[in-house]
Amino acid sequence: MADISINFAGIKSPNPYWLASAPPTNTGYQVQRAFEAGWGGAVWKTLGEPILNVTSRFGASHFNGQRVAGFNNIELISDRPIEDNLKEIYETKKLFPDRVIIASLMVEPEREKWHEIVKRVQDVGVDGFELNLGCPHGMSERGMGAAVGQHPDLVEMTTMYAKEVAEVPVITKLTPNITDITATAKAAARGGADAISLINTINSLIGVDLDTWNTIPNVNGKGAHGGYCGPAVKPIALNMVGECARNPEVNIPISGIGGISTWKDTVEFMLMGAGGVQICTAAMHHGFRIIDDLTEGLENYLDEKGIDSLSDIIGKSVEKYTDWSELDLNHKLVARINNDVCINCNKCHIACEDTSHQCIDMLKDGNGNDILRVREDDCVGCNLCSIVCPVDGAIDMVDLTPTEPPMSWNDRQAAIQMLERR
Amino acid sequence: MSDLLKNLISGKVLNENFEESKPSFNPQEALDEANRCLYCYDAPCITACPTGIDIPGFIKKIASGNLKGSATTIMEANPVGASCARVCPTEELCEGACVLNHSTKPIPIGDLQRFATDWAIKNEEVLFEAGKSNGKKVAIVGSGPAGLSAARELARLGYEITVFEAKSEAGGLDTFGIVPFRLPKDISIWEVEQVKNLGVEIRTNTVIGKDILAEELAEEYDAVILAVGMSKVPDLGMEGEDLEGIYDAIDLVERTKNGEYIEEFAGKRVAVIGAGNTAIDGATTSVRLGAENVKILYRRTEAEMTAYDFEYEFAKQDGVEFRWLTNPKRLISDENGHVKQMECVRMELQDAGDDGRPRPVEIKGSEFVLDVDIVVKAIGQTRHRAIIEAFGLEHHGGVVKADPKTFITSNPKVYAAGDVIFGKGVGEAMVVSAAQQGKDTALAIHERLKESVTESA
Repeated sequence: MADISINFAGIKSPNPYWLASAPPTNTGYQVQRAFEAGWGGAVWKTLGEPILNVTSRFGASHFNGQRVAGFNNIELISDRPIEDNLKEIYETKKLFPDRVIIASLMVEPEREKWHEIVKRVQDVGVDGFELNLGCPHGMSERGMGAAVGQHPDLVEMTTMYAKEVAEVPVITKLTPNITDITATAKAAARGGADAISLINTINSLIGVDLDTWNTIPNVNGKGAHGGYCGPAVKPIALNMVGECARNPEVNIPISGIGGISTWKDTVEFMLMGAGGVQICTAAMHHGFRIIDDLTEGLENYLDEKGIDSLSDIIGKSVEKYTDWSELDLNHKLVARINNDVCINCNKCHIACEDTSHQCIDMLKDGNGNDILRVREDDCVGCNLCSIVCPVDGAIDMVDLTPTEPPMSWNDRQAAIQMLERR
Repeated sequence: MSDLLKNLISGKVLNENFEESKPSFNPQEALDEANRCLYCYDAPCITACPTGIDIPGFIKKIASGNLKGSATTIMEANPVGASCARVCPTEELCEGACVLNHSTKPIPIGDLQRFATDWAIKNEEVLFEAGKSNGKKVAIVGSGPAGLSAARELARLGYEITVFEAKSEAGGLDTFGIVPFRLPKDISIWEVEQVKNLGVEIRTNTVIGKDILAEELAEEYDAVILAVGMSKVPDLGMEGEDLEGIYDAIDLVERTKNGEYIEEFAGKRVAVIGAGNTAIDGATTSVRLGAENVKILYRRTEAEMTAYDFEYEFAKQDGVEFRWLTNPKRLISDENGHVKQMECVRMELQDAGDDGRPRPVEIKGSEFVLDVDIVVKAIGQTRHRAIIEAFGLEHHGGVVKADPKTFITSNPKVYAAGDVIFGKGVGEAMVVSAAQQGKDTALAIHERLKESVTESA
C-alpha cells in the first residue's frame, strides 16, 4: 500500500487531508469527530477577537439538478471565546497526538496584536499557524482578512509579525480576490512564511429570489457579498496553485484549497504543486465520512500507478504549466467520432455548427443509418464536441503526426526578429 | 388486485378502482428526469412523435421551471397532448427512439408530458387564442382527437367552427373509449374546453341524418370534416348472441367512464373475446368491477395479438388469464336466458393468409365447454356506414377513401380524418395519429380556402 503521509513544511500528517478553517472546525467536538473518521489534520476555525454572526449565512448554486455545485457563506471568524477554543485545541491534540492542528489567526495588521495572539495560542500546543489574510466578507470591512491579503506589503508585514514570535511553521493563506496571486504569494515568501495556502473564498452573490427579489442568502431582507467555494471554484484554485508553484520567487510549500471534493481533485492539486490539501465544502455537503474514499481512492491510485509515496507526485505537472506563448503552434489535434459508440444525440454537430468551426456533418452510412463525421481539414481541435458529448468513448481527440517541427509564439517572434536583423 | 377479486365491493372501492392507476410524477421526479434529458439536436423522439412535439424543448422547460411554456409546446403540436401523455404507446414512439436507449435508459417522456399538462390543467391555464375571424365556416362531424385537433387549428386560423357530436359530451374516444384508470374523463374534457375557449361551437346530442342532414352541412359550410371514428363491436355471429350477460367492450368502457359501475360483474367469471387493446380494456375493467376470474380468449397466439406490450403487461398485472388458440363457437343459456357456458374449440395456426398473418384453423373434435357468467366481446369495431353514405362518400367496407396528403374524400368539399379513414394496413389507429391527421386536415383546408380569404379580407 502506498504511503500517503505528508511532511508539509515540517508538519507531519498521516494523510494529506486537512479540514480547512471553516464551520466544520468550529469546536473540539467537531474536530475530534473528524479525527475519529480519519482526517489527517484540521485548521481550526479562525481565532481572533470574538465576533457576532448573522442568520442566515450560507447559500449554494445548484446546477441542472446537481446540488451544491458552488457554495457561499457570510459567516465570520470564530464567535466563541478564545479561551474556550484554546482549551478544546489542547484537549483534541492530547486525544489525537498524531494528527495536525493548525490554528488559523486573524487580527488587525499590527505587530503587538499578532505577537500577542501567536504567543497565546502557541502555548496550548499547535502544529502550525495559518494567517487568515483572505476572508473576503465582513472582516475585510474592519481592515482584516482580505483587506490585508489584497496588499502585498501588508501580507509581507503581517507574515513577518507572526514569524517573529512563532516557534512552529507559519502558513499564509491567500485571497483569490486579487489580479495576480503571485504578487501576494511572493510577499508572503518575503515575509518569511514557511508555506502558503490558497485559495480562500471568492467574492460572490449566490442569487436573487425571483418572488421576493431578496438576495440569496439574505438577512432580514438585506444581503452582502459572501465567499464562494465548492466544486465550481476548483479550476480557479488549481490555476492559482499552479501559478504559485511555477513561480521561482515563491518557492515555498503550498497547501491547496478550493473545491477539492474527491481523491482525483487531490491528485490534480498535488501534481500542480500542492504539498497537501484542505477541504471544507465537500465535508459540509456530505459529512466527515467522505475521508474514507478520499484516502482509499488516493492509495489505490498510487498503487495502480506503482508509486510508493504520495510525496513523489508533488509538483510533477508544474513544468507542463506554462505561458500561452510557449505552446506549440504547429501541433495538430482533430476530433474523430466512433459511430459504433455514438448514440446520435447530435450535440457535437450543433455545438460545432453554431458555435465553433462547422466541421461535423450529419450523414447516412451505406445502410441508411445516421452517422456523424468530422471533416478533419476544417477541424481546429478545439475539444468542444468531445466536451458536449454525453457518451464516453464516442469522440476521440487524436494527435496528428506533425508535419512541421514544434514552434511556439515566442520561437516564431524570435525567428522573425532574426530575419529582420539580417 | 387480488382484493378486487373478492366478492364484496363497496362503492368507494369501486370508485378507487377506476381512479387513474399510475401516479403522476412529483416535482422532484419530474425535475430529475427532465435534467437527465440530453436535449438532443434534431432529436429522434421528435421524429418518432406523429404530432412532432418538440420533446427536448418541452422537457428543458420543465427543468427551467417554465411549466406554462412546456405545456404550450406540447399542446401546440398536439391538441390532445394531455390524453396522449397517458395513452400513447411511448415505448414504440418517442421513448423507443430516445438515444439514451443506447447508453443508459430512456427518458420517461410520457410521464413528463403528463406532468407539464397536469400543471396546465391544475392552474386552469388558457394556452391559445382564436385567430382573427376570416369569415369562413367549417363543420366538423365528430369531436374525438381528429375532430378536436382540426377544430383547434382552424379556430386559431380564424375560421368559424361548428362541431357536431352525437353523444352528450365531446371528446370522442378520449372521453368515452379509454378506460378511466388510464385516462380519466376530466383530462379529455379539459382538452375539449381548451378548444371551446377559442370560440368553437360544439353541438352535442346532435346526430347527422336526424338532427341535421349531411347535405345541409355540405351546403352551408365552406368545408366539412368527417371525423366520426369507429362504432360498436360487431356481432359475434354465433348462437346465444342475444343472451343476458353479453357485453360490448366499447359500451362497457363508456359506462364506466360515466361512473356507471355494473354490479353484475362482482364475483363472476368473465370471458373476453379478442386480444386487441379494447379486449385488454374489457378485461381490466371487469377485474375492477370485481370479477372473480377474467380470461381473454384469442384464436391466435401471444405473438399475433394486437394489444400493445404495455397493455398486455398491464392485464397480466391485473391477474387476467390468457387462453391462446381458443375460439368460442356458441353461447349456452341457463334457464333464465342468461349465459352460463361457452362452447369453445381449440385452434392451430396455419400458413399466412392474405393479410400476412398466420391463419387460425379449428382442430376437429377439440370442442370443450367453459363455464362463464359474463362474456365481453372485443373483436374489433364496426363503422358508421350510415353517416359515410349520407355524405355520399366512397368507402371500402366503411373505411372512407381520402387522399393521404390532403384528406379530401370523393366529395371535394368533404375531408376525413382519424379512425374513419383507418383501415387494414393503412396508418395507425392511435389517438396521436388522429390528432396529427386533424392538424393536417386543417392545414389542407386552409391551403385551399386561404386565397379566397385573402381576397375577401
